[in-house]
Amino acid sequence: MSLTLSTKDHEMLRGGHGKAAKMAMTIVTRMAEVTGARELLDITGAHIDSTVYIGDAGLEFAERLAGLGAKVAVPTSLNVSGLDEHHWQEWAVPSDWARQAHRQMVAYQSMGTVPTWTCAPYQTELRPSFGQQIAWGESNAIVFANSVIGARTERYPDLFDICCAITGRAPAIGLHLTENRAGQLLFRLVDISTALQQSDDFYPVLGHFIGKHTLDKIPVIDGMTFTPNEDRLKSFGAATASSGGVALFHMVGITPEAQTLEAALQGNRPTQIIDVTMDALRASRRELTHTNGNELHMVVLGSPHFSLAEFKRLAPMLRGKRRHPEVKFLVTSSRAMTQLAQKAGYLDDITSFGAQITVDTCILTSPMLPENIQNLMTNSAKFAYYTPGLLNKHIAFGSLQDCVNSAVAGHILRDESLWA
Amino acid sequence: MGMTMQGKVVIAGEAQGAVLVSREPLSFWGGYDWKTGEIIDRRHPLSGFIARGRVLALPFTRGSSTTTAVLLEAIRAGTAPAAILTTGTDFFFALASVVADELYASPIPLVVLIEEDFARLKTEDVVHIEKDGKISFA
Repeated sequence: MSLTLSTKDHEMLRGGHGKAAKMAMTIVTRMAEVTGARELLDITGAHIDSTVYIGDAGLEFAERLAGLGAKVAVPTSLNVSGLDEHHWQEWAVPSDWARQAHRQMVAYQSMGTVPTWTCAPYQTELRPSFGQQIAWGESNAIVFANSVIGARTERYPDLFDICCAITGRAPAIGLHLTENRAGQLLFRLVDISTALQQSDDFYPVLGHFIGKHTLDKIPVIDGMTFTPNEDRLKSFGAATASSGGVALFHMVGITPEAQTLEAALQGNRPTQIIDVTMDALRASRRELTHTNGNELHMVVLGSPHFSLAEFKRLAPMLRGKRRHPEVKFLVTSSRAMTQLAQKAGYLDDITSFGAQITVDTCILTSPMLPENIQNLMTNSAKFAYYTPGLLNKHIAFGSLQDCVNSAVAGHILRDESLWA
Repeated sequence: MGMTMQGKVVIAGEAQGAVLVSREPLSFWGGYDWKTGEIIDRRHPLSGFIARGRVLALPFTRGSSTTTAVLLEAIRAGTAPAAILTTGTDFFFALASVVADELYASPIPLVVLIEEDFARLKTEDVVHIEKDGKISFA
């Protein structure tokens, strides 16, 4: 079993399409051989997670490709970077770090990519459609594209996504292939009220539980009595991809490859059946809070990046109110969504509340939060999962309304009525 | 003494060093400090060990796909393990090694062991890894 390449693949390897394409194709084919792929397939789009600045090796990789004249072969969106390009000075980002992170932004932008700078590329005009083969990085974007849209991508790491974008090719492996997309573990909702399913905080909590028990397998969720909107599926998917390595889930009756339980399982039997009970969900909700006491310095929303619909929902919650003077309130989003929200008039209530909006980046990828901010609150399972380890700060989880109420009160408040 | 085992080569290369082994998978993002080579995931059994220059043996990587970028930084900074042994082909480790080869001509060897051989590894064993995946114990 060896790798068969097309004529054009061979031309790229020989340098016939330029030095950058040669380097990218060399990496793609070497990795295809490592995975045992038999061939490469054409992709119709890419999303680049390599934009996140880690250190100088990642920067040198980007600048090497850019210096060799790299251009992407397919429409390509960019993930968050290390800084809000035009407003990073308002935060605690060290200037030498900002300089390096900015060089990385410039390098990826020079390759003909679309500077979306967002971890929610599925809510931009570059959203793929059902059945399309794509090469995406960024765990929450991967799980959304595969599960909610039904596009097809493997869980591609940093540095590989851009090689696929430049060559327009990806190894024909894993979730690109129908037979590898069957559900494996079955989760059954047991006596979970529709009222709870209508509440936004249900989705991160359920996702955290499922990710933790699924790891890198494919879960099927059965028994939903309410159809969640796209932003709730987004928060669910991000949670599964944080506590586990979920790249594809099926929600029976809701996601496109799961019109029935049988379809989701492709006729197979599940390897394991796990009941989702209220007790399990209450425990999962507790695990998302890593703090003692109710002290609060900052509310952080927008992981994944806030959508227009989320701005629309937040605005009336903040209308006529003002945050507590000791509590900051941050929303992270993309430039495009923020501009749309402004045009739609949603930002007035948000800014008069005393909230700040940061674009292009996120608190996990930018050293933006000052030292004196130690106690956070969020509605995002992804922020809740990574904040203690990556930022060494305390964080509490709550619903969007809990976050607003807490910011007004000046300390953590949570409505327990649906969780009792 | 004098023991040898045959692994499957993922990225070929020669290396020598003292083994650092755990059955627990590790994410390098938030788990490996590329500035020092220290394992910093405080829930991991190898927390506090310095993996720089060692033969690191882990079944596979966990979680974040940024593991690749962190290992690449470690290779450039000279804080990476001398080689990595796993129980299955790990895409994230392999990519870091391939990119390090393309950028700096300094890949690190990656070898897959069968479970029974992996189970025989002990921390502080000194091993020599050859290009064909043969591992000999000093």
